[in-house]
Amino acid sequence: MSITHVDVRRGAYHDSVTLLQVSRTVADAEGVEAAQVAMATELNVEVLTGMGFDIPDGAGPNDLVLAVRGADDAGVAAGMAVAEAALAAKSVPSSGGFGDPPTPRTVGGALRAGGADLALISVPGRFATAEALDAIAAGASVMLFSDNVSVEDEILLKDAAADADVLVMGPDCGTAVIGGVALGFANVVEAGPIGMVAASGTGAQQLMCLLDAAGVGISHCLGVGGRDLKTAVGGRSTRQALAALAADPATTSIVVVSKPPDEAVLADLEEYAGGLGVPVRWATLGAGRPDLTSALEAVLRAEGRDVPQWPAWVASEDPEPGSVAGALRGLFCGGTLADDAMLIAAESLGDIRSNIPLRDDLALGSDLRDDGHLVIDFGDDGLTQGRAHPMIDPSLRMERIAAEAADPTCGVLLLDLVLGYGAHADPAGELADAITAARTAARDGGRVLPVVVSVTGTEGDPQGLTATCEALAAAGASVFLSNRDATRHALTFLGGTR
Amino acid sequence: MTQPTAPTTGGPLRGLLAVESPAVATAGVPLFAEALRGQAVAVTEADWQPPMEGTEANLGTVMADTRRAEANATAYARLTASTAELCDVKQAKDALGLERGTFLHAGPPIDWERASGPLRGAFIGAVLFEGLADTAEEAEKALAAGKFTFEPCHHRNAVGPMAGVVSPSMWMYGLRDEVHDAWSWCSLNEGLGKVLRYGAYGPEVVDRLHWMTDVLGPILQQSVRATGPFDIKSILAQMLQMGDEGHNRNRAGSLMLLRELLPGMITADASSTDIAEAVRFSGANEHFFLNLGMPACKLATMAAHGIPGSSLVTTLARNGTDFGIRVSGTGDEWFTGPANTPEGLFLGDYGPEDANPDIGDSAITETAGIGGFAMAAAPAIVKFVGGDVAFALRATQTMYEITMGEHPMYQVPILDFRGTPTGIDVVSVVRTGILPQINTGMAGRVAGTGQVGAGLVTPPAECFPAALAALAARV
Repeated sequence: MSITHVDVRRGAYHDSVTLLQVSRTVADAEGVEAAQVAMATELNVEVLTGMGFDIPDGAGPNDLVLAVRGADDAGVAAGMAVAEAALAAKSVPSSGGFGDPPTPRTVGGALRAGGADLALISVPGRFATAEALDAIAAGASVMLFSDNVSVEDEILLKDAAADADVLVMGPDCGTAVIGGVALGFANVVEAGPIGMVAASGTGAQQLMCLLDAAGVGISHCLGVGGRDLKTAVGGRSTRQALAALAADPATTSIVVVSKPPDEAVLADLEEYAGGLGVPVRWATLGAGRPDLTSALEAVLRAEGRDVPQWPAWVASEDPEPGSVAGALRGLFCGGTLADDAMLIAAESLGDIRSNIPLRDDLALGSDLRDDGHLVIDFGDDGLTQGRAHPMIDPSLRMERIAAEAADPTCGVLLLDLVLGYGAHADPAGELADAITAARTAARDGGRVLPVVVSVTGTEGDPQGLTATCEALAAAGASVFLSNRDATRHALTFLGGTR
Repeated sequence: MTQPTAPTTGGPLRGLLAVESPAVATAGVPLFAEALRGQAVAVTEADWQPPMEGTEANLGTVMADTRRAEANATAYARLTASTAELCDVKQAKDALGLERGTFLHAGPPIDWERASGPLRGAFIGAVLFEGLADTAEEAEKALAAGKFTFEPCHHRNAVGPMAGVVSPSMWMYGLRDEVHDAWSWCSLNEGLGKVLRYGAYGPEVVDRLHWMTDVLGPILQQSVRATGPFDIKSILAQMLQMGDEGHNRNRAGSLMLLRELLPGMITADASSTDIAEAVRFSGANEHFFLNLGMPACKLATMAAHGIPGSSLVTTLARNGTDFGIRVSGTGDEWFTGPANTPEGLFLGDYGPEDANPDIGDSAITETAGIGGFAMAAAPAIVKFVGGDVAFALRATQTMYEITMGEHPMYQVPILDFRGTPTGIDVVSVVRTGILPQINTGMAGRVAGTGQVGAGLVTPPAECFPAALAALAARV
């Protein structure tokens, strides 16, 4: 008989990535069956409840929950001891030496202490505005990774930044490359002539990886946040970023990549870009507009470059084209990759339900379940409150892959995997295991489940593109560098138009 | 003042795109700092923690207030530019127009009902000293019956150490800020042990007050009028380089002050016996200077007060029951919470159970950038207040996290003459959760006891979110 133990510590804050590491350490302890150490956000409480833990009422997002299920009392005690030790190891006093200044507590203090040029802020969203204002006041541009920042605050920050002649990249900005420095999630690519403005993190990564495969490097990639091209924000950061890149001698042409923008904002920006004296090209997603890969191919042609054959590893044991009965299930970590896939798939499949739907009436319920075609973005704000991004903590998506494998309405699994700095150090191993398990489970249920993976990465990335793709291919998946090609391949099993 | 980092080169975004391998400051997920270090990028990682609970909306509002940067720059400039010269010594009735039956006290406003032991004791002693009652019981009865008026020293541009009780006949030092044309006043120091400011009111206390009124006050007045004014700010700057921090250690300052006052005291129109006793009394008191340092600090914070939009703290004060703060941009509103009890070292047989909660206006020193904030300049203080030398160094360095700048005159030799952390910012306190470090004396809990020890204390945290909310409401 298992024993569960739940301990709530009021006001004990730790960041979600640290807690993820602590949770894993505890789960590995002798005699522990399951463990989760997390801040008691609504989402985490739901996850904990789902794991069979009883969370006391009144536990809130500022409270730390230590939940351990052990085989017996000794297992629980061992787990709690490991948790205590792991948490204590994270809170070693920062200084104490003779005259050593203490570690700065705020981003402004860190900017001054280090004479830094730039701030990277990834605190929980409700605290992010204060930190970003602090950085702007200190005269530094900001990459604001934090999500769950209100649009009012975003506008306030961007106006303050424009007044101070600095750039706010974000909120919810996952990717930037400045002066060869990769910030957040970014891939290792060569320096080159293309400047990027990105209202999309994984969209930017997809483009820089395709450029890398085509042998073209980038000068800088300036993030602007996923809402920058929406009506409310009106392209505030995009304008600043375009002007900065146009004035940069290393940049000879610019690509703007975005999730589906507001048409009027896009039109204004196109007009603005026309006066900059540098070619500006657009990889802005939307119905009737080119997908990311096609937009990038157009850029290459406009630059007078060859469009290469995009790398692909096609599985040999998959069903015949058009022979699969179930629906498309796209489980993504990258929001723009999910959008790109949905836009491509919708052309042949029609309506696709999603937590980031192309139309409001296609929204999934909070259980994220549907029998038809669906695409889920696990990196969406609603699924990251108090949790690390799925590119760091893939556990929610892993659970869903297992669920889809057992679901007879799932015809084909379309996944993404993003490599580079900031991403999981060895994502291929875990994902390959999950793919193998899913295909085995489906086979046990009498189905052959094709799995297609869109891998965004470069050979220079710490994880290595080829090594990653080969590991996934060995697990039976088809693997593509181009998100378009991956999506199209997944669609072939469903028989294309119906 | 906090200055924006200088633009590295020309070009948009302060030349950001022209920087080769920019240096990065991070706050939040450690993973990103690690990823940057993996690229051999220079990274400074903030040890970020969430701000005080429930403050995020007000922080956003106040930090986005477009007046704030300039308001704080103005407040800080005024605070550090203020001068402080000892220009006169007068009785409170003449200096402050203090009426008979009115008593000033330390800290935020309070009534008899809520007054702590030492404050009650000091009121009793002052009533006896003024001849408004014949016995302590009679005085207490009249006080409890509401026969007298209480008012904070701060409301009269004055400050008082510990209980800070001032009555009309007491003599006060008058300090003037020439730049901002202001005066601040503080009573004469009575020495250590059983004294009024620690709540003692026995015959020796009242007798000493009479001697100070009849003998010491007039001699000091003659000295200052004959040979003053004396630059108190300059003594403060020097004493920090001589091992004092200006709150709980005033040894060098007291000697320097005596050096200034002596010629005028010796030539005063008084008997040689009285002059000798006045000189002996002043020289024997190692806190003689405290009552000059405090009004000098009060002048600085007065100059910084009342600037709309400024989040600079201009008052930290305690009455033995409540700790109160005031902020430049919120005018004369007090934000209070229950005073903490200091932790530290005890005299004789006294122990923690004998200590009264924090009391006195002397935290004006920390408000102006000395005292606990200058502890690194006074490592010997740890013998008196507890802790070790590393603690003293750390205390000062930590205060830079919650202050606006480094004082141009008050410097810490061991930190390479870095200016003391000056100008507490409510926003920084709320964001970091770091509370101002105060060095203080400890009064006995029971009225009449006197001093029981000295130690370290912080304000109750709740004063700061309340002040922040008031700032946000004024945006």
